[in-house]
Amino acid sequence: MTPYEVAADAFPRIVATLIRITGDWSLAEDCAQDALTMALERWPSTGVPDNPGGWLMTVARNRAVDVLRRSSVEQRKLRELAQLGSGEALTHEIDDDRLRLVFTCCHPALALESRVALTLRVVCGVPTGAIARAFLASESAMTRRLTRAKSKIADAHIPYRVPTGPALAERLPGVLAVLYLLFTQGYNASGEPAFAEEAIRLARLLRSLMPAEPEVAAALALFLFQHSRRAARRDAEGNLVTLDQQDRTRWDTAMIAEAVALLPASNGPYALQARIAACHATSPDPASTDWATVAATYDALIRLQPTPVIALNRAVAHGYAHGPEAGLRLLADARAGGALDDYPLALAAEADLVSRTGDAVRAADLFRASAARVTSEPERRALLERARSLS
Amino acid sequence: MKYMMFVCTDSAPDTDPSPEPDIFAWVEENDAKGRREQGHQLAPTSSATTVRVRNGELLVSDGPFAETKEVIVGFDLIDCADLDEAIEVARTHPMARNGRIELRPFADL
Repeated sequence: MTPYEVAADAFPRIVATLIRITGDWSLAEDCAQDALTMALERWPSTGVPDNPGGWLMTVARNRAVDVLRRSSVEQRKLRELAQLGSGEALTHEIDDDRLRLVFTCCHPALALESRVALTLRVVCGVPTGAIARAFLASESAMTRRLTRAKSKIADAHIPYRVPTGPALAERLPGVLAVLYLLFTQGYNASGEPAFAEEAIRLARLLRSLMPAEPEVAAALALFLFQHSRRAARRDAEGNLVTLDQQDRTRWDTAMIAEAVALLPASNGPYALQARIAACHATSPDPASTDWATVAATYDALIRLQPTPVIALNRAVAHGYAHGPEAGLRLLADARAGGALDDYPLALAAEADLVSRTGDAVRAADLFRASAARVTSEPERRALLERARSLS
Repeated sequence: MKYMMFVCTDSAPDTDPSPEPDIFAWVEENDAKGRREQGHQLAPTSSATTVRVRNGELLVSDGPFAETKEVIVGFDLIDCADLDEAIEVARTHPMARNGRIELRPFADL
């Protein structure tokens, strides 16, 4: 790692620890930033110290002590800062601090978009400007949003704590939802790719600190399966390549193996999604996909998350596993009440199923109707090409 | 940390048929734990009066009655360690199901 990377990596850990001890989010961020600035000034001439993380923590801690002395606040905080350990013990302490911070930033009393932004800023140390760009907001608007969220944490006394017992089961899905949003934000065409890696790093941290939670392992596995395809998801022009068209030799097999090893046997929503992703990731070509397992797993998933898009995916899976008629029946159910009317891919799925029943004329019509409604030009071209190949 | 719990009606109450918690048991439990300082049900909004002073003149009016589907029908003042404890107190109030509870922390002065 370069000195800059070492320093950037240490930043969120320092913030987490200083917040725990002082309870002051701004002080924590300011002191961590000061330490970072000092490192970047000095290290180029003095060289990087043997324990750069420890060096930065010490500088930030001393800075916090100075500020607190001047404002003569509680002696307890000063004592705690002075007693801050070092080495192995400190690493454990800091990891626990980061976990507490994740739960605070992801508290349900904060608006969802604030939770995502705050997690990025405070837990991952992403600069406010980069967060603002990813969410198409101005930097000043993002600064205000972050300030409001931090004020609410202070004013409403949102605790700095990992919940225990039944409260943990209630709160964990909310934390995973923030990680998932973070991941998809990085994974989307317009997103910030680094956010996907941040989401994976956070999921790894959660996984190491909560090894008994199957949904944490499942979320990490799901991220890894999706991220393993990052090199194959776009063609030379940058257009999205669908799963069945991707060059599978470009998938990251080490990442897939890691994800497979993580798969839990439980049946939570992330576990089910990860198992579906595993069926695709471990299949050497589209035709060998274990569609029967994919379809059965969607049957379980839709009971937990009865959304129109999952119903559509389930219909497609059944179409491959049990024939196009079965798929069309489920697709009709999924569209009942107009649930998928604004979703052109539902038409494309119907077109594909109809083409496999042998009704080429009707399938071509449906592909053209779907093409007329998608907004992405490459997608439109691909659908028209399917229509042409049928006639 | 003190929180004002506004007990409100809501246009979409819970439809769960299981028996709801008993308000007297709730009051007794939270009084016994020393975290409920006071609280009371309020008379209907038909008895509400609005008072304003503008340029030294007293303006008294009937109401407000607007949006009667979502009104404050009572309050409890509770003292909790943090927001998580306040949320736990609020969730067990019967009106968390029949209506909704709004938690407002006291401002730090």
